[in-house]
Amino acid sequence: MDRAARERREVLQNRGLGALDGAMSLILILLIIQIWLVSATLNSYLAGFNEAVLPGAIISGLLFLGCAALYRFVNDVEKRSAVTAGKD
Amino acid sequence: MPLSQLPPDKVASARTQPALWRDEFSIFKADESYVTRRQLTKFFALTSLGMFAGNIWILTKSWMRKAVTYPVRAVAQAGEIPVGGVKLFEYPGAGEQCIMVRTAEEQYVAYSQKCTHLSCAVYYSAKANQLICPCHNGVFSIKDGSVIQGPPPRPLPRVVLERRGADLVAIRMQERPES
Repeated sequence: MDRAARERREVLQNRGLGALDGAMSLILILLIIQIWLVSATLNSYLAGFNEAVLPGAIISGLLFLGCAALYRFVNDVEKRSAVTAGKD
Repeated sequence: MPLSQLPPDKVASARTQPALWRDEFSIFKADESYVTRRQLTKFFALTSLGMFAGNIWILTKSWMRKAVTYPVRAVAQAGEIPVGGVKLFEYPGAGEQCIMVRTAEEQYVAYSQKCTHLSCAVYYSAKANQLICPCHNGVFSIKDGSVIQGPPPRPLPRVVLERRGADLVAIRMQERPES
């Protein structure tokens, strides 16, 4: 592999690592929001405000889908990078 | 076999190769505790699934919630306590302590005495005209039981009272303050 190709690959690798770190930070943020949402929904339910329960469940479901999609993204990138490393 | 007994060409290769025991006991503590990105993300995603399951559980509970019937019971006599005075009673069941306060000549309010934070017993402060939880300084309004200050997340459940002749009768509990 010539030097230019190696440098290009390093740049791409760094970019990929940045994307992975970003995805993991995002998943953590979504998870923190979801934990807060569960406690807030439970408090509303216990206080007799049942109106908040259904929207809480829907939003929690959407946050879970977001987390699952990000997990899939991280998983795919890791798998792909493992395959690429195997080829080298 | 000791290195001194090996031929010189094999000594060099024996020195560069890892010892045999390292291959056979190839478990390293650092490797054991190493968490990959994939594992960590999987843990986050599963925790998220758990939170979602929690929300679904709350939703199911709210759908299956049945209307509770409360006993109608005389809990005090009118004029039994002075203005600014307090009476403790159990409602709706035994062991469920409630607090009644006479706020004016013809005005009585009653709430569950259990703080909504960590279930400590609240008391009435006549000076501040508030219900106070001594454990973590939670303060509730005497008017509707709503939280004024401190960590309690919910208002105090209210005991709905009715005057029937000389009796003050508890008819039901109201979790949600009237808006």
